[in-house]
Amino acid sequence: MEAWLNRLMMRGVFGAHPIPVLVYASGIAIACALVLFAIALPFASIVTWVERRVWARIQSRIGPNRVGPNGFLQWLADGLKHICKEDIIPAEADPRLFKLAPYLVVLAFILPWAVMPFSSSLILADLNVGILYMTAVTALTVVGVLMAGWASNNKWSLIGGVRSAAQVVSYEIPAGLSIFPVVLMTGTLSMQGITRAQGWSPDRWFLFASPFCFAAAIILFVASLAENNRTPFDLPEAESELVAGFATEYSSMRYLFFFMAEWGNMFVSAAIIVTLYLGGWRFPHVSPSPIAMNLLEFATFNIKVLIIVFVSMWIRGTLPRVRIDQMMSLCWKYFVPIAFVNLIGTAVWVAIWPAGNPFAAWSMLAVGVLLAAFFVRRVVHFARRSRMELYFHPTI
Amino acid sequence: MRMIFVLFAAVTVISAGVTAFSRNIVHSAFALLGAFAGVAGIYVLLAADFVAMVQIFVYIGGILVLTIFAVMLTQGLTGVNVSNRAVGRIPALATTLIAGAVMLCAILKTPWYAAGARSIAPTTYGIGNAFLGAYVLPFELASIVLLAALIGAIVISRQESRE
Repeated sequence: MEAWLNRLMMRGVFGAHPIPVLVYASGIAIACALVLFAIALPFASIVTWVERRVWARIQSRIGPNRVGPNGFLQWLADGLKHICKEDIIPAEADPRLFKLAPYLVVLAFILPWAVMPFSSSLILADLNVGILYMTAVTALTVVGVLMAGWASNNKWSLIGGVRSAAQVVSYEIPAGLSIFPVVLMTGTLSMQGITRAQGWSPDRWFLFASPFCFAAAIILFVASLAENNRTPFDLPEAESELVAGFATEYSSMRYLFFFMAEWGNMFVSAAIIVTLYLGGWRFPHVSPSPIAMNLLEFATFNIKVLIIVFVSMWIRGTLPRVRIDQMMSLCWKYFVPIAFVNLIGTAVWVAIWPAGNPFAAWSMLAVGVLLAAFFVRRVVHFARRSRMELYFHPTI
Repeated sequence: MRMIFVLFAAVTVISAGVTAFSRNIVHSAFALLGAFAGVAGIYVLLAADFVAMVQIFVYIGGILVLTIFAVMLTQGLTGVNVSNRAVGRIPALATTLIAGAVMLCAILKTPWYAAGARSIAPTTYGIGNAFLGAYVLPFELASIVLLAALIGAIVISRQESRE
């Protein structure tokens, strides 16, 4: 990188007497931005395709299936279409903030990918404060959403933006408190450190480490739904009340940016849950080749994340929207106290059993398996009466 | 390193300038974003990774959002044409001169020393041990002050809703 920039400077690409440090800094910044975009965009885009297909099945439709095999390239077609459309900025809007807002939202969705632990070697930067970084930069989204809501100069947009801010700021508290039990148990904030503290088998995941962790994981999942403005907490963009909420006045690529960030953030928050509670990329050591191991770990991580993303889509397809007072009382009257109990309970648990309690882990795992079995029994019961060829045929 | 510091410092100072001089109070509130982010960047340059992350988490994720929220709620504004209220030029000039003189005195009298080149080493262990070891009393006092502020805010907001 440096040698290449040196050669460009020698040829006078940056003018006669460039300042080398500035050229290096901007070169590295551009390279980092490109790498992050190249990693984050395909994941977010593929999630859009998966969501449209899954939704379609939930609503007895087929969904996009024309562009590419099973409609897989639909996201490319959508992106091209939106780039070609006219970018309309309302005359009464605040033009500078209106233009800036989508970039802030996209920035908040791109930045967490720097510490995304895909496998034992596939991570851009294993920061010492990884999980704190991830939760801190995702908080930028709300600034972008508020900016979009206000700059549009539209009452629907403003109400959407203010609702979103109230919701995200409230749910950040239980979400943050649900991260700390894991930090207490591992003594590190690094994503790889947290992943390595767990094992590949479910009994050594933090989800089953103690009853407090189990509750914290569920709170973290529900709070992440709220932070991403997903159903049942999609009040900021409630179609029946606010047209499209904070995104009402946006069109073309700027509109797409908001939804790309929303779908990408689903992946990011699912990745946080998988890393903290579901064992991350951990996979049994089956092959001596590091490349094969890394590929297996990459696949493990992505399958776990996509399962969480699928559950969130499933919830979006089945649940109605909650009222705003119900949402606030759920957060402040139930989640925040339970999250505090989890935190203190985990502290006591770590003080009594510093190395974990295998008996408790196995009992929690048994409870989890029983719950899953009961759930699968219900699903199979209902599936018997449905049109199997429509719901369960993946390639119509 | 120096250039990058100048870059972050410029971002901080320019955003702070926009906050101070903008005629639109919502623009002022949003310009705080650049100031807070620039300060976080300077913390990273000083190898204070934990403090930088907490700066982003608390100031951008919490305080900035609440500031914008408060500005929007108090003004009852839905339009974009809202301006800052000014007290007049002469009082402003006097205040600025006094504050500037005090700050200049402080800057000139402080013996500055440059920090040596620091490697990016974990700071979280040191901060945690210091908080719960040598500085446990100030830490707990700060917690009690915050708790009192929290309860006070709840009491005030409840009284308003009863009226």
